[in-house]
Amino acid sequence: MTRFLAITRTEMLILRRNRWLLVATLIMVLFALALTFAGSAPTGTLGVDMLTVSVASMTTLSVYLAPLLALMIAFDAIAGDVDRGSLSLLLSYPAGRGEILLGKFTAHLAALAFAMTVGFGTAGAVAAWFGGAGPESLMALARLILTSILLGAVFLALGYLLSAMAKGATAAAGLSAGLWLVFVVLYDLGLLGAVVMDKGGSFTQSVFPWVMVANPADAFRLWNIAATEGVAMASGMTGAAQALPVWAAPASLLIWPVLGFALARAAFRRVEP
Amino acid sequence: MTDKALSITQVIKDRGKTRVLDDITLSLAPGQRVALLGHNGAGKSTLIKSILGLIPIEGGAIRIGDATPGSAQARRETAYLPEAVSFHPALTGREQLTLFAKLSGSKADVPGLLERVGLSDALDRRIGTYSKGMRQRLGLAQVLLGQPKVALLDEPTSGLDPISRQDLYAIIDELAAQGTAVLIASHALTEVEARTDRIAIMRKGQMVADDTLNNLSALAGLPIRLKVRASANPDALAAELGGNRINGASVELLCTPEDKMEALRRIAGLGDAVADVEMTPPKLEDLYRHYAQEDLQ
Repeated sequence: MTRFLAITRTEMLILRRNRWLLVATLIMVLFALALTFAGSAPTGTLGVDMLTVSVASMTTLSVYLAPLLALMIAFDAIAGDVDRGSLSLLLSYPAGRGEILLGKFTAHLAALAFAMTVGFGTAGAVAAWFGGAGPESLMALARLILTSILLGAVFLALGYLLSAMAKGATAAAGLSAGLWLVFVVLYDLGLLGAVVMDKGGSFTQSVFPWVMVANPADAFRLWNIAATEGVAMASGMTGAAQALPVWAAPASLLIWPVLGFALARAAFRRVEP
Repeated sequence: MTDKALSITQVIKDRGKTRVLDDITLSLAPGQRVALLGHNGAGKSTLIKSILGLIPIEGGAIRIGDATPGSAQARRETAYLPEAVSFHPALTGREQLTLFAKLSGSKADVPGLLERVGLSDALDRRIGTYSKGMRQRLGLAQVLLGQPKVALLDEPTSGLDPISRQDLYAIIDELAAQGTAVLIASHALTEVEARTDRIAIMRKGQMVADDTLNNLSALAGLPIRLKVRASANPDALAAELGGNRINGASVELLCTPEDKMEALRRIAGLGDAVADVEMTPPKLEDLYRHYAQEDLQ
């Protein structure tokens, strides 16, 4: 039972050793701080505290950064071992493929959680210090951190899926970049195009919110926005959030990691080292 | 119940339309060292991976003791050294071996094992700084974890210098002495010749030979090579003995083991015309060529 923990420990060691953890945490801190200071201007006009505005900016940042950081670790997880020729050796040991994947996932998720907590936490603390914070905005910050970790988990799992399907780590990296582009950029552009074409018809009214929330990146955004009035005002994105039941976005963001992991597990089963 | 450490019976494996393993049968008793020879693509690595349960087979059966490939018991009881093994460059030798020890569930003396393969100096250095031979040694150290019933070594000598090779075979002998059946896929014929109990040769997915070296020689009926050096006139000698002229002063004769004495008597009868005679029995290399390329001739 503890075999996956042995994998986890080794993966953590690798993430620390190759400076991934340091670099990822640094990126998170720098971006979060920059956004907090740059985005602090509208505080007065909206009548909310600085932390609320900061969380709204960081939500937008996390949509891009959490999937990117997750994919950056995940693409190598299986394909890298295949390339090095060490996967066949690893698989000749009693640990099953599920255990190996779970061990890596645990380590990678812990590293992401660390980077997210430190990054958003620092920026949040700075915002609260300079601009004040209330219980509501602190909740929003906690929610942002937790949902960012969930979003990272989704893309870790999807990254493993690509890593298992790709022929080699380079191909996996390419596929991951494509995946990121589709989920984070193109999906929204497509939806926007569809809404414009529809001109407020039945698609926009009933189908569009559901299609939107099916994308984990959008579900993440909706969850954070719908939950806090202040954040919704600050980000100016309330329409779609109001059209959906409260549980839709959390459900999407909770189902995706499980679904992604199951898919990755199934793809890994078919890998012949 | 079986007394074999490893038994492979009529195994068939297809890759697309080609049959990469065709009716392979092979068994290893505990403590036996068997060399698995064959040209590239003959199916050696495929066979090893099917023994490990890493790839499915289409027909036949493989048993490690009583366990099926890939089962928890089989994984515990097999050790494997992949061809040109490589590890994560960011880990140290100690960390990598500790991981393997934890995965195998054995209480291992990690520094001791690394010393056994001559890596005690590089214990806490990153694997990224290791040479190919050092990585191979690290791979060998993990083979020694626990007491495997079967050890599968895929090209274990590749990248090793001659002294390391001696060490490697000493370790293989140790494994065999503790009762591990060792299957060595190799190209290094001369080493295998002296260091294994049996030789199995694969060609295009088929097992074309599986016996001791002596029996294989007898079975193949390969000729003994006699090199006769003339003292004065090699052409006359060649005409007399009916062999081929080689390198200026010598004549080469091929004869069967039964005719050997007769040929030697004839050469001795020539008296002063012969300066020297050299006799070469068939080597593993000739045998290998005979079995591995039968259809080409």
